[in-house]
Amino acid sequence: MTTIQRMQWRVRVAQSWSLTLRRLTTIQPAKRDRLIGLLSPFVLMLLWEWAARAGLIDIRFFPAPSQIFGTFVKMAEDGTLWANTWASLQRLFWGALLGGIPALVLGVAMGLFRPLRAAIDPLVALTYPIPKSAILPLILLIFGLGEASKIVMVAIGVFYPICINATAGVLEINKIYLDVGRNFRATRWQTFRTVALPGALPFIMSGLKLGVGMGLILIAIAEMIGAKSGLGFMIWNAWEILAVEMMYIGLIMVALIGYLFNMLLTELEQVLIPWKADK
Amino acid sequence: MNLVADVRPTEYEASAVSPAKIRINDLRKEFRAKAGKAFVALDGISVDIDAGTFFVIVGPSGCGKTTLLRILGGLEAPSSGSAVIRQSQPDKPLNSMVFQGDSIFPWMTVWDNAAYGLTLRNVPKGEIRDIVGHYLERTHLTKFAHAYPHQLSGGMRQRVSIARAFANDPEVLLMDEPFSALDEQNKTILQQELLRIWEEHKKTVLFITHSVDEAVTLGDKIMVMTAHPGRAKAVIDVPFARPRSVLELRSTPEYGELVYRIWGYLREEVQQARAEADGEK
Ligand SMILES: Nc1ncnc2c1ncn2[C@@H]1O[C@H](COP(=O)(O)OP(=O)(O)OP(=O)(O)O)[C@@H](O)[C@H]1O
Ligand SMILES: [Mg+2]
Repeated sequence: MTTIQRMQWRVRVAQSWSLTLRRLTTIQPAKRDRLIGLLSPFVLMLLWEWAARAGLIDIRFFPAPSQIFGTFVKMAEDGTLWANTWASLQRLFWGALLGGIPALVLGVAMGLFRPLRAAIDPLVALTYPIPKSAILPLILLIFGLGEASKIVMVAIGVFYPICINATAGVLEINKIYLDVGRNFRATRWQTFRTVALPGALPFIMSGLKLGVGMGLILIAIAEMIGAKSGLGFMIWNAWEILAVEMMYIGLIMVALIGYLFNMLLTELEQVLIPWKADK
Repeated sequence: MNLVADVRPTEYEASAVSPAKIRINDLRKEFRAKAGKAFVALDGISVDIDAGTFFVIVGPSGCGKTTLLRILGGLEAPSSGSAVIRQSQPDKPLNSMVFQGDSIFPWMTVWDNAAYGLTLRNVPKGEIRDIVGHYLERTHLTKFAHAYPHQLSGGMRQRVSIARAFANDPEVLLMDEPFSALDEQNKTILQQELLRIWEEHKKTVLFITHSVDEAVTLGDKIMVMTAHPGRAKAVIDVPFARPRSVLELRSTPEYGELVYRIWGYLREEVQQARAEADGEK
């Protein structure tokens, strides 16, 4: 091959590459991104499996995915997995309710009434930075080792983001809408229901998402101490009996719950906020 | 032919025989400015408005038109003097405002927006359906009853705002430059529509604009306001017969004469307002 021929050949290879790339990019950006998003965890799993079998990683800490899956099937069949997941979900639900509803009412009210905001704002600002997990001993002391302490922990985690976001959401509402309410003689309750709540809803929904994430963190921590059920308990128990696969299953379940809730809440957002849906 | 019936001075005595629907008496409004100094937005305004009058206020930007309307709408308190609407039907709301700028709730459908006042007052469902249906039809919004505001054009949103105020069935309508953000074509169409809806019941209307054309087209009486501080400079009768056709009215020489005459009052005020604005720079 002459130098010129070699150069021509190189150019041709480069051209065919760029063509393939262009084809990949022309399939439709949204579809392509979803495909890549689905593939990447799968590819990682394959790599992990291969590395575990080839002895490149210590399977005492990183058991092969196939092994984890085996344990998963066993735990699903004997029901322990579902019992623990269900226990955590229930605590998450009641905690979100217990923390979320007062947070919503208080947050919106704080946005509407200046004196209330002046009174409560410093309290929120002062207690918010405390790591919620650091309150666990106190909560255990007050509410004991039963269900109540777990639910209260979740409630605390859910409370702050919703309360803070609801207040911010109401303050963000264009003043003209509050004027309309006043001109049409809306009572306090009517103003709350027809102006403040729907106006702040986009903020409240992102607060709820943050809150559920926080609740999930806290439920896992709370269940590690003095619980006999739940995913947190499962993870902690796995450490005590050195069942690494079980530990991974616990982590995966927590991740899945977080992911699903986020998806669910995004759906809910579309339903609850139709005026923002198709912009 | 004398087209302009009378021009009254600022100190204008209401007839003691029939009490006015809206009575504004020596009204003054101050805002606290930054340096603690008082900023006088309105000063010594006295005017009586009879029931059933389409009363228009024109004035340069910043002369306190919105402030005056907000005081009547119960959204602002006067510093001294008074502005009262006489109540004749205790079961009806005293006033409803059409706000300057977008004010319909983005989170409600067109229907729910128009029904807002009636819903707050717990009017029976069937009655709400009839009234709201009627006004959506009059504003050509029936097809969009279930749309959300972000799906509408600016002109349509302003129609919803008008339907909301009319459907509430108040004793007095307070309208703050409802058409100022619209293009010329939409403006003319909506002015005609407004006149048509208004003819149905001839409620007392207080309508604010800075367009002399709009004032002469719509009003029975026009009050010209001075630039800062806002005072009543003149109240002018508009003698044109009703029902009016916007386009036909505008083609008459009498219309042009009246517009020219009102511009005479307004010209120096606008110049003063502009001079002040330049001075602030
Ligand atoms: N809340 C307030 N605080 C301080 N100053 C105010 C307040 N509201 C209005 N002003 C001032 O009062 C004056 C009158 O305002 P207003 O909104 O009534 O004018 P306007 O005649 O409606 O003007 P435009 O035609 O531009 O709507 C303005 O100079 C404005 O800056
Ligand atoms: Mg104004």
